[in-house]
Amino acid sequence: MADPARFVDDAMEYMPSLYSAAMRMTRNPSDAEDLLQETYLKAYRGYERFEEGTNLKAWLYRILTNTYINAYRARRRRPEESDVENVEDLYLYRRLGAAGGSADGRSAEEEVLDRFTDDEVKAAIESLPEVFRIAVLLADVEGFSYKEIAEITEVPIGTVMSRIHRGRRALQKALGEYGLQRGLVEAAPR
Amino acid sequence: MSDRGGANGPVGGWCGGQGAAQGGDVANCEETIHRLYFFLDGELTDDRRSAISKHLDHCGDCLDAVDFEAELRRVIADRCRDRVPEQLRDRIATALRNEQEQRA
Repeated sequence: MADPARFVDDAMEYMPSLYSAAMRMTRNPSDAEDLLQETYLKAYRGYERFEEGTNLKAWLYRILTNTYINAYRARRRRPEESDVENVEDLYLYRRLGAAGGSADGRSAEEEVLDRFTDDEVKAAIESLPEVFRIAVLLADVEGFSYKEIAEITEVPIGTVMSRIHRGRRALQKALGEYGLQRGLVEAAPR
Repeated sequence: MSDRGGANGPVGGWCGGQGAAQGGDVANCEETIHRLYFFLDGELTDDRRSAISKHLDHCGDCLDAVDFEAELRRVIADRCRDRVPEQLRDRIATALRNEQEQRA
């Protein structure tokens, strides 16, 4: 049992990462702010039910994710589970290199990655269908394990793995399209 | 185990089946690329992790791909940080204070 009087001290440090996640989920600052405030209020009201010593960050993300899904489910018009096309392994890696760079192939490709801007990476994530977007956010931006993501999103671990892996490939495709527009990426694989 | 290498790998089996000759359990290119995400996520059994690590010790092509994917992940995480607006911090602090006062 956690002491509600300690909630502010315990939970505030997670605000920057929760806010960033809320921005990617809602895709606009005004909704992200409302979502974050609601998340903190719900977490405060339920803090007695938080088991001390367990993962507070994961618990907060679970509230954030549930709040987001419940608030936005009504607005969703189409099923998104299968809404990502199949993209091959190493999609982006196989298309980089047009930009040239050092003689060492690997560092040239890694240098290209550095040229993607914050806005491009954010837009690429935000272009993903909801379930893939959330899975990739939790795994790649926040570094949660498959098991933690299964608990946060309340789906079986097999579904989590499938969403993360397919979401990552779709993200590579989306990044590849920005890269193509800027001449960082080749149209056809090597 | 046999390492097919050759054209069977999802990336064209670029190291041509090295690994089988090493003895012990060494992954081939195909398995390495297939399980790449599990490997980077730290979600493999010790057995498979070790088999892939051994493969990476001698397959520069797979190592490049793994390094690239790891770097991509770092870039994605780095680029996705937003600064919390000061007024939002204040707004949430106020909302929590009001909630506390109502309880008291």
